[in-house]
Amino acid sequence: MYQATGFVMALGAALLALPALAQEKVFRYATTGDILGLDPHANNEGPTNAMKGNIYGRLLHRLPDLSLEPDLATEWQLGDDGVTWRFELREGVTFHNGNPFNADDVVYTFKRQTQDASEMSFALASVKEVHKVDDHTVELVTDGPDPTLLLNMPNFYIVDQEFMEENDAFEVVKGAGKTNFANTNANGTGPFKVVEWVQDNRVVLEPNEDWWNQENRTDNVDRAEFTPIANDATRVAALLSGEIDLMYPVPLQDIRRLEGDANVEVIEGPELRTIFLGMDQWRDELLDMPGSGENPFKDQRVRAAFAHAIDLDAIHRVVMRGASTPTGLMIAPGINGFQEDMNDVYEHDPERSKELLSEAGYGDGFPVTLDCPNDRYVNDEAICTAIVPMLERIGIDITLNAQTKSLHFNKIGPAEDNNTSFYMLGWTPGSYDAHNMLQNITTMDGEAQGTYNSGRYSNPRVEELTDLIAVEIDEAKRNELIREAFKIHKDDVGHIPLHQQALAWGVRNDTVEEVVQRPWNDVDLRTVVLK
Amino acid sequence: MLAFIVQRLGQAILVMLVVAFVSFSLFQFVGDPINNMVGQETTVAQREALRERLGLNDPVPLQFVKWVANAAQGEFGLSYRMGKPVNELIAQRLPATLELVFLSAILALVIGVPMGVYTGLHRHSWLSRAFLTVSLIGISLPTFLIGILMILIFGVWLGWLPTFGRGGTVALGFWQTSFLTLQGWSHIVMPAFTLALFQLTLIMRLVRAEMLEVLRTDYIKFARARGLRNRAINFGHALKNTLVPVITIMGLQIGALLAFSIITETVFQWPGMGLLIIQAIQFVDIPIMSSYLVLVALFFVVINLTVDLLYYAVDPRLRVERRVAAV
Repeated sequence: MYQATGFVMALGAALLALPALAQEKVFRYATTGDILGLDPHANNEGPTNAMKGNIYGRLLHRLPDLSLEPDLATEWQLGDDGVTWRFELREGVTFHNGNPFNADDVVYTFKRQTQDASEMSFALASVKEVHKVDDHTVELVTDGPDPTLLLNMPNFYIVDQEFMEENDAFEVVKGAGKTNFANTNANGTGPFKVVEWVQDNRVVLEPNEDWWNQENRTDNVDRAEFTPIANDATRVAALLSGEIDLMYPVPLQDIRRLEGDANVEVIEGPELRTIFLGMDQWRDELLDMPGSGENPFKDQRVRAAFAHAIDLDAIHRVVMRGASTPTGLMIAPGINGFQEDMNDVYEHDPERSKELLSEAGYGDGFPVTLDCPNDRYVNDEAICTAIVPMLERIGIDITLNAQTKSLHFNKIGPAEDNNTSFYMLGWTPGSYDAHNMLQNITTMDGEAQGTYNSGRYSNPRVEELTDLIAVEIDEAKRNELIREAFKIHKDDVGHIPLHQQALAWGVRNDTVEEVVQRPWNDVDLRTVVLK
Repeated sequence: MLAFIVQRLGQAILVMLVVAFVSFSLFQFVGDPINNMVGQETTVAQREALRERLGLNDPVPLQFVKWVANAAQGEFGLSYRMGKPVNELIAQRLPATLELVFLSAILALVIGVPMGVYTGLHRHSWLSRAFLTVSLIGISLPTFLIGILMILIFGVWLGWLPTFGRGGTVALGFWQTSFLTLQGWSHIVMPAFTLALFQLTLIMRLVRAEMLEVLRTDYIKFARARGLRNRAINFGHALKNTLVPVITIMGLQIGALLAFSIITETVFQWPGMGLLIIQAIQFVDIPIMSSYLVLVALFFVVINLTVDLLYYAVDPRLRVERRVAAV
């Protein structure tokens, strides 16, 4: 026993004597999950997309305030025909392996990113073809006018044609088949290059000295190490002990504790993800009421009753501990098409709820099951657990079914034919535009529509408007159409929006001078300044 | 002897097949891997196509037969989450878990056995009582709590040891070892001790109980009467005879160590098999889950076989009986 203690003390002393890497500015950061891969076209997932942004270049880059700036494209304009976009490409740019960047790479990337197996093909869904005009000019031709094309350009990650072809990596591989070279080797034009990636262990990045914007570099990182740490407590401990400089997400109950530490700061900000509740509006008989032949959710008054029964302020104060923004719209402020004056939440009015229920003929309530994930959104299960008594108060016989995300999404999704009556879901529009939300959540008659419209809400006018919004170039007119669609959806109580979750990052202020928190919760190494 | 081993190996294969079949049946209920593999923008049609391509629409017996056929050729498939061959992933992660379990077992034995002997010999001393109380705490506190407490004390407050991960590894061929560098040791000490604590207390109490029993036997009395030194009696005779139950328990516990390593690995972010399987379950990564379960079944069988063989080595009576029977 004593020998073991002595050993540990000797270890401790030896460790303290290890030379500190004071000269090199190393930035270490951590989040819950590792990236899925280095192939920019294979996956569409939070941490993976964040890493791509540091390594690969796009035609346009999205700034923290959601505006766009030139990256690999210096100028762009829409032709008179309304469908041809001409991009002037930046000259003198090289990939990490030294190959020059030119129009051929853009054309090749388009073909690669639009493969069936590519998760990122949605960004180019409206683009019919890309052709080279000359070595530094390309034209994108869309399938009809697309007002959101530019918004999707930050999702168009450019790869090097020669590099991919040399290594036979054109095919995007997903889950089965041969191993993917592109997934384990990165070669982009971004400000950082990958030194090593040990899966589930760390990603090490170093600055790209040959980056085209090297003189205007806003960061001073010599080396960046990204580690996934799944366990919340361990992640907090690692931040407190100084082993990492930044971590997210900070568990809500630890925010006060971290703020109490002099060397740690918690940066909080709004996220773009809206959490909402959906209701089954297509079945003739509610799943929870077998044999009755009734579906109460088909009646707008019942849906409104539910909306008024939920006390969003209580959820904000108690469950989210202030780290949320209650909302009345399905999209967050900052998303293209957001209408500030329509963002009033459904008033908390249980008396009115009871009235509405009696009017609809359900004065005695009815049984219903609420499906919730328990490990996907911030405090998701806790929110649902809080909603249960709120609805019981108006007479609903509600049961909570909280399960892990794999099971939850399977249940409410198309695989099980939307096997749910009442469910919770969260959504961030991938293109940061309202149309994306309308397309996926509130419509269903088109081919690519309604993937997550698990309650199958469908209003003919909303369907019509969504199709018009997809092609309306004039911004003012488009916003009017969006406004109308939202108004109808809100009056219909098609879904019940709850809130936007808040981001919480823990940062050590004794090593990090500044870092910018972007509302889609990723770390852009370009904004990291170390002391 | 050889026949015995061959028979056991045959049983092993049967056990693994049964485990594999049961696992496959269970996988129908763990959720949808497709949703975890694709982004939110993927259309329903694309998801269906992927499901088709991965063979997830086939009936369970067919999927099982395909898997066994591939496994027999050493092909365990590609992980859904990581896109890498499962063999490679397991080969990468296994050394981490094995080293952790190995060090834990050594710690448990090296600390537990002497403690057990001491508390057996000096039943009423205050040190014995202290050991027993501490051991009670060791058994009662859950592994993750001990782990987090250790991280707090040694990582955050004292800053002596790193709080997560596995650093300072040296590659010996495909095997990454933590034992050759000081940094490697600093990373492995806390997780190993956390994992060892439960086993340690168990072994201590077991050895103590066995020692108390053995010391009351006749042959010990006669050895004392003959004038043998205490050391010869306690360690030469008494301890050796307590080893058989200890070996049995250790054998079973190594299986438990492999299982509990999931919790310890999750707390310390130790990149071993435990963390791999828990992430595979959350992601519904079926190739990894099935291969892991079969691998664990193999481990248990091999460990039990080794334990049985050790009985022969340790207990002369069994060896004599067999020879008599053979004659």
